[in-house]
Amino acid sequence: MGIIRASQIKSPWILHFDNSSCNGCDIEVLACLTPLYDVERFGMVNMGNPKHADVLVVTGPVNYRTARVLKNLYSQVPDPKMVIAVGTCACSGGVFHNCYNILGGVDKVLPVDVYVPGCAARPEAIIDGVVLALQKLAKAVGVAK
Amino acid sequence: MNQVWIAIVAIIVAPLIGGLLAGIDRKITARLQGRYGPPLIQPFYDFFKLLGKTRIATSRTQFIWLYGYLIFMIAALVMLVLKQDLLLLVFLLGFAGISFVLAGFSCKSPYSHFGANRELLQILAYEPVLLLMALGVFATNGSFMISEIFESSTPLLAKLWPIFIALLVVLTIKMRKSPFDISTSHHGHQELVKGIMTEISGPYYALVTLTEWYELVLVLGLIALFWANPLWVEILIALAAFVLELIIDNINARMTAGWMVRFTWAVGLVLCILNIAYLYFMKGVS
Ligand code: SF4
Repeated sequence: MGIIRASQIKSPWILHFDNSSCNGCDIEVLACLTPLYDVERFGMVNMGNPKHADVLVVTGPVNYRTARVLKNLYSQVPDPKMVIAVGTCACSGGVFHNCYNILGGVDKVLPVDVYVPGCAARPEAIIDGVVLALQKLAKAVGVAK
Repeated sequence: MNQVWIAIVAIIVAPLIGGLLAGIDRKITARLQGRYGPPLIQPFYDFFKLLGKTRIATSRTQFIWLYGYLIFMIAALVMLVLKQDLLLLVFLLGFAGISFVLAGFSCKSPYSHFGANRELLQILAYEPVLLLMALGVFATNGSFMISEIFESSTPLLAKLWPIFIALLVVLTIKMRKSPFDISTSHHGHQELVKGIMTEISGPYYALVTLTEWYELVLVLGLIALFWANPLWVEILIALAAFVLELIIDNINARMTAGWMVRFTWAVGLVLCILNIAYLYFMKGVS
């Protein structure tokens, strides 16, 4: 159905998961919800429940403990879903690279769709990342312009 | 035959109005918070997106109760547009609420159970007010029929304004707005995840959204009955109540479930009972 596919890119609900970040990126993710950036204009809503989410926004490097939680959350998000790695840590491990407890970036555990680098990633960059993810989704479901 | 057509039109048009009102709700709320806000038809985008998600089944009985929630709600709406018995309408609304609670209880998630418990407390809070509203209408018109309300020349509001205030509180509970944002924790994800909605995802979430749109139109319709003639005042009074709810939502913090029951019983029930007692007292005098 065309209308369903067109709606899929208009209403991304976001689940934000913090692996083991320094909280710098988390604060920037929350800054997107403030009146200055107001991501709700694009229909993005911050959800607290993986079963209602479309986009998984992950910050911070994966460590041995959060890897299991992250996989669990990912499997609870119903298809179609997207994963966005926000911040240098989530992309590659960043400053935590080669720590004894760190596995590395999110892509060590999950298939990542969009990488948003930056320490901390700026809200504009995060919004750009979500828009890029939506374009990818639009291509995948076949409504790309 | 005419009645059937009215019912069909109501069933089709009500969710459109409900969805549009939900869109206005999000826009006005955003503006009150100094944000730009989503497009007006965002609720419809959300609805169709949810239809396209995969189904994750946690419990099959839950789906049956959710269908029950929808069907009882539609039945109650049909009762309203066909101007049938008000008391029966209140009972149907009660059945719909109970179906939703049972949907919450029919899966194992503790969050869902918490939400269902709180939904039950909500029903405990508003159901007596709705019943007393029907009784108040009976005390003024001598009949439970909604068609009688349309025939009487003086609006109900003149005699039943305390009950009207109590009904506004019920509207806040039904719209799940602050300070009564209790069972689904719409704005407090950290507390209950999503309360009774936790295990309801994808197309079934869309089903609940649809039912909530019907519910919104139905409760606004009940409020409109208080000034049934002429039609434009009826619509105006419903819209005014709706905007008032949005403002109340934005200037209030969330309260606890216990506070909700105490408040609705102390204010709502007392207003209703005093109102009805006064009506019967005046009847006895004259
Ligand atoms: S990228 Fe920088 S700000 Fe973000 S979690 Fe890593 S260290 Fe913190």
